[in-house]
Amino acid sequence: MQSMKGQTRLMAAVKYLICAIVLLIVVVPLYISVMGGFKSTGQLRAEPMGFPSPFYANQYLDLLTGKQGSFWMELMNSLIIGIGTVAGVLLVGTFAAYALARMKFKLNSLIYAYFQLGLLFPLAVAILPLYVQLRTFKLLDTRIGVVLPQVAFQLAMMLMLLRGFIKAIPNELEEASAIDGCGQFGFLFRVIVPLSTPILATVSVITLVGSWDNFFTPLLVFNSQRKFTLPMGVMDFMGQHASDWNMILSFLTLAMVPAVVLYVLCQKYIVAGLTGGAVKG
Amino acid sequence: MRSRHRAGIGKASFLTLAILLGPALILFTTLVIVPVFEAAVFSFYRWNGLGPMVDFRGLQNYAQFIQDAIVHKALLHNVIIAVVSLVLELPLAMVLALIVSDPKFKGSVFFRTFFFLPYVLSEVITGVLWQFIYNPQYGVVKAFYALVFPAVQAPALLGDTSTVLWAILVVIVWKYFGFHMTIFIAGLQDIPREQIEAATIDGASKWRIFGSVTLPGMRTSVQLSVFFSIIGSFQLFDIVWAMGKGDPVNAGETIVTYMYKIGLQRFNIGYGGTIAVCIFLICLVFNIFYQKILVKEG
Repeated sequence: MQSMKGQTRLMAAVKYLICAIVLLIVVVPLYISVMGGFKSTGQLRAEPMGFPSPFYANQYLDLLTGKQGSFWMELMNSLIIGIGTVAGVLLVGTFAAYALARMKFKLNSLIYAYFQLGLLFPLAVAILPLYVQLRTFKLLDTRIGVVLPQVAFQLAMMLMLLRGFIKAIPNELEEASAIDGCGQFGFLFRVIVPLSTPILATVSVITLVGSWDNFFTPLLVFNSQRKFTLPMGVMDFMGQHASDWNMILSFLTLAMVPAVVLYVLCQKYIVAGLTGGAVKG
Repeated sequence: MRSRHRAGIGKASFLTLAILLGPALILFTTLVIVPVFEAAVFSFYRWNGLGPMVDFRGLQNYAQFIQDAIVHKALLHNVIIAVVSLVLELPLAMVLALIVSDPKFKGSVFFRTFFFLPYVLSEVITGVLWQFIYNPQYGVVKAFYALVFPAVQAPALLGDTSTVLWAILVVIVWKYFGFHMTIFIAGLQDIPREQIEAATIDGASKWRIFGSVTLPGMRTSVQLSVFFSIIGSFQLFDIVWAMGKGDPVNAGETIVTYMYKIGLQRFNIGYGGTIAVCIFLICLVFNIFYQKILVKEG
């Protein structure tokens, strides 16, 4: 009995040790980035891991006041693109999902299968023709030229999530609404949309994070620096400040903040959306 | 069920359907489906993206693809990345999921929150951050060498053809293990507690329980993780691009970074299209194959 107890205690210690090591590996790079931003180049060179002494706030201040780089502009650009993409996916996706989930018509299952094809087509495959296409439509170097492809490539996955949810809403509600004289759109906006808030939140969060982190599409489309999103801004800034690593790290840290804040605030939706969404699909 | 025939807010008129489905169909067709077919058309031509596409080359681009040494290299890298994900990352994620989802384990929410954090950061930010860590003049690698081997100069892990791929792999594992861990946790929650309790009462060892109750119960989530690891490795771009664009001498190249270089830096859109088609075929074949195996097993 005594040894059993000792054994479980040892097991617990091993478990905590494993978690602590992994935690350290996750956190140290982030710590290095935050602290590195407060160091002078000399400090950084001498002690990349240590605590900055003294603290140099210049780098952060210069970035935040716009003396260096264009952090706020890039943040705004990322925000505009992100909100645009979320709005697009919600509008187009909810409409289509509603039709596919609740309306009876001949081609219903065929059209759904057609959208499901999108799950097979990775963005990478389409990127060159997409470039040519956007050029033909004169959408290169425009925000809409980033938003539309992002919406289109999210549709397959999001339709699957939305349709599944909307399908599960009980039929009795539809009958009641019909008696109350609701049309299709009245039913959609007054009954379906309010009832679907959880899945709409999940879809929004997945789409927002995807758009926020996306680098490939903006890289393809944008040419002028004033439209760059944060990931592009990071690459551009690094190119311009080749070895001023303290500057680069402070920029990186600032660029990380919005995603981390969003994660802390809506952790439940983000984790459930990014993994649970996949699990249920 | 009784109400099925009474249901209804009138018939679906064509106009209603067009308003509801039209935007999605147009967007999806023009920006997802058409481009994939266009890539297939490009793949038979020699074309720089400007002017009319007239220089038909038949299957020559495909012949070039098969013989292209850089393609072989890039595909090999993709396979290595997939294999390392399967044999290192997923087991690590599994161990952590098992530890963290034990209700008796205190602090599990805390650990989970941090383990998932790297997944939320953008790949570009992650890549640049690790460029610093690997930097031989400033980074952590340099500090480590100064401490452990003071006489030796720190290696440039991202600048050396023999180490760059492994250096990128570390970052991939760093960024994605939390994602897989979370998928596994979701899978673990679906296993009925009674099954595990029953096995414990029967006197089964912990390993035995894991092998014959836990793991089979997590089938769906393991299959998903394997699927994401393999498909994900063949679509890898951002993180590699942010850590040196596949250089030096293509030692970190993946198939998508190579396609991007061919298509949009050297403007050989025809050959780029060929590479795109081949990526698609690889993913498609894997997909069919994987589904088949799953269907057979289940």
